[in-house]
Amino acid sequence: MNLLKDRKKARSYREFLYILPFLVLVAIFSYYPLYGWVYAFFDYKPPFPLSMDKFVGFKWFKSIVDSPTKINQVLKVLRNTFAISGLSLMFSWFPMVFAIFLNEIKSKGYRKFVQTVTTLPNFISWVLVYSIAFSVLSSTGAVNSILMGLGLIDTPKLFLQSSNNVWFRMWLWLTWKNAGWAAIMYIAALSGIDEELNEAARIDGASKIQIIWYITLPSLLPTYFVLVMLNLANFLSNGMEQFYVFQNSFNKEYIQVLDLYVYNIAMGSGGYSLSVAISILKSIVSLILLCVTNTLSKLVRGEGFI
Amino acid sequence: MSAKLSKNPKNKVRVSLEDRIISIASYFIYSLFAFVCLYPFYYIFINSLSANDLSERGKVLFWIKGLHFKNYVDVMKVPGLFNALKISVARTLVGTAFTVITAAFLGFMFTQETLWKRKLWYRFVVATMYFNAGIIPWYITMRNLNLTNNFWGYIFPTVVAPFYIVLCKTYVESVPKELQQAAEIDGAGTMRIFLQIMLPVIQPILATVAIFSAVNQWNSFQDTLLLVTDNKLYTLQFVLYQYITQASSLKALVNSSSTSTSLAASLATAQTATSIRMTVTIVVVTPIILVYPFFQRFFIKGIMIGAVKG
Repeated sequence: MNLLKDRKKARSYREFLYILPFLVLVAIFSYYPLYGWVYAFFDYKPPFPLSMDKFVGFKWFKSIVDSPTKINQVLKVLRNTFAISGLSLMFSWFPMVFAIFLNEIKSKGYRKFVQTVTTLPNFISWVLVYSIAFSVLSSTGAVNSILMGLGLIDTPKLFLQSSNNVWFRMWLWLTWKNAGWAAIMYIAALSGIDEELNEAARIDGASKIQIIWYITLPSLLPTYFVLVMLNLANFLSNGMEQFYVFQNSFNKEYIQVLDLYVYNIAMGSGGYSLSVAISILKSIVSLILLCVTNTLSKLVRGEGFI
Repeated sequence: MSAKLSKNPKNKVRVSLEDRIISIASYFIYSLFAFVCLYPFYYIFINSLSANDLSERGKVLFWIKGLHFKNYVDVMKVPGLFNALKISVARTLVGTAFTVITAAFLGFMFTQETLWKRKLWYRFVVATMYFNAGIIPWYITMRNLNLTNNFWGYIFPTVVAPFYIVLCKTYVESVPKELQQAAEIDGAGTMRIFLQIMLPVIQPILATVAIFSAVNQWNSFQDTLLLVTDNKLYTLQFVLYQYITQASSLKALVNSSSTSTSLAASLATAQTATSIRMTVTIVVVTPIILVYPFFQRFFIKGIMIGAVKG
């Protein structure tokens, strides 16, 4: 009996040894960087190692708000972040509606075609998206050529170098890239709806719109709710790639979101410590948002998403 | 059905008319959508094959004008492009291999109830999905580990991918327990069960993970931006970004090394900023487009499992 127990114990430790190298990797690449947060409390100038006499306490945190110009800049960055995340949140119903009406189309081949084609942009990088945007929207690009050919404009419009509607255009590109992919989740949920329910409604004389409104939409709402909550939890994290590739001196004022700002002050002007301080504040707010939305989800659905 | 049952003939007409309008409008809107998603790719493709003086002036809109393939020959003369292609292919192959094997192994190990402190380690790994130290601390870590300007800087951080591990673990859990029990009775150890029993069974999910991680590796841009200053390690994505921002200086370089002497021929085939940009774009996007139709079902499977667990 004892022998068996020992054997089992030996096996359990041996299995732990198998996964240990991977745990070490996780520790190094995911947990150890957290230690880097201490740089926010030092006057850090790479490549010199940290030393105690460079300790500055909360100087960088205070410096975010210590002069009107800085406050102004931070407010602008926050404004951009809120505007772009807000737009995504406001139109987060779009993939759902996209899926619902796509599902109404009778021809299966056509449905499949639309789904395949609209999902494709999700799998190309933001650099490629920018390259496409550049090709299509530059002064000799397709859009300008067509508009001028139709006589709608006389001189090429410089779409990418304009500071008008930057947030909306960023939202458009995001939608171009993601909407088809985001719709897949709803399309799958749609196939789970009991066909008899629709049939019964049709016999009762319900129109297509009525069926969508009273049967389809309610059955998709739980999925929608989860995605909105996730959206809210990531409100401050737009990522930087999209905005990095699209940024230029004309639109910088409107395109610089938090993630890009953190990158720009560190890599652009060497403000490592300040950058870390800002990303710490961002992480704290994001953590709070995650807890709040998770609790909300628990209250509404009975289960969280963590 | 409704047509047969509704007694009022007027009602019948109204319903079907409404449905018909929706149906026509849907076809129209979705065709527009498909066009907007597909046309840019097509536009760039036909421009890369058209006469360069026409594409430069935006004259190529719907079909190829002045077909020639010289752009694709010349593009290999663009300094650094071939090397970037090698780096991108290498990181995609190596990175995907590491990620998939690790996801399979850890996904399997985390289902083994004998594993010491199994739940703790599983949480230790999965928790990393929900926080992020930020790019600067990450960059400093990478520099301390000597992984900046190092090919392995592309690979090591992606080896343990918690999301894929969750996918694999879910899949392994759906495999009947008897399979493993039978092997255990026959005296197979953990490693042997993993290699000979589990690996063959969980192949469908591994295909999904492989596709996801290959696309991520191929598309990755931010890590080059942060970690690499050595142009021998630039990836295709990074080089493409550079070309977009500085294509005009490149065209001079490529044209000067070109052997074409006839002036008439050279107008259509001499490189312009536009032709280089478009051709490189096609080179970068082609692998994705080639792979995509075959693996679409794997993508969809992945997002569904992710949605259930997620």
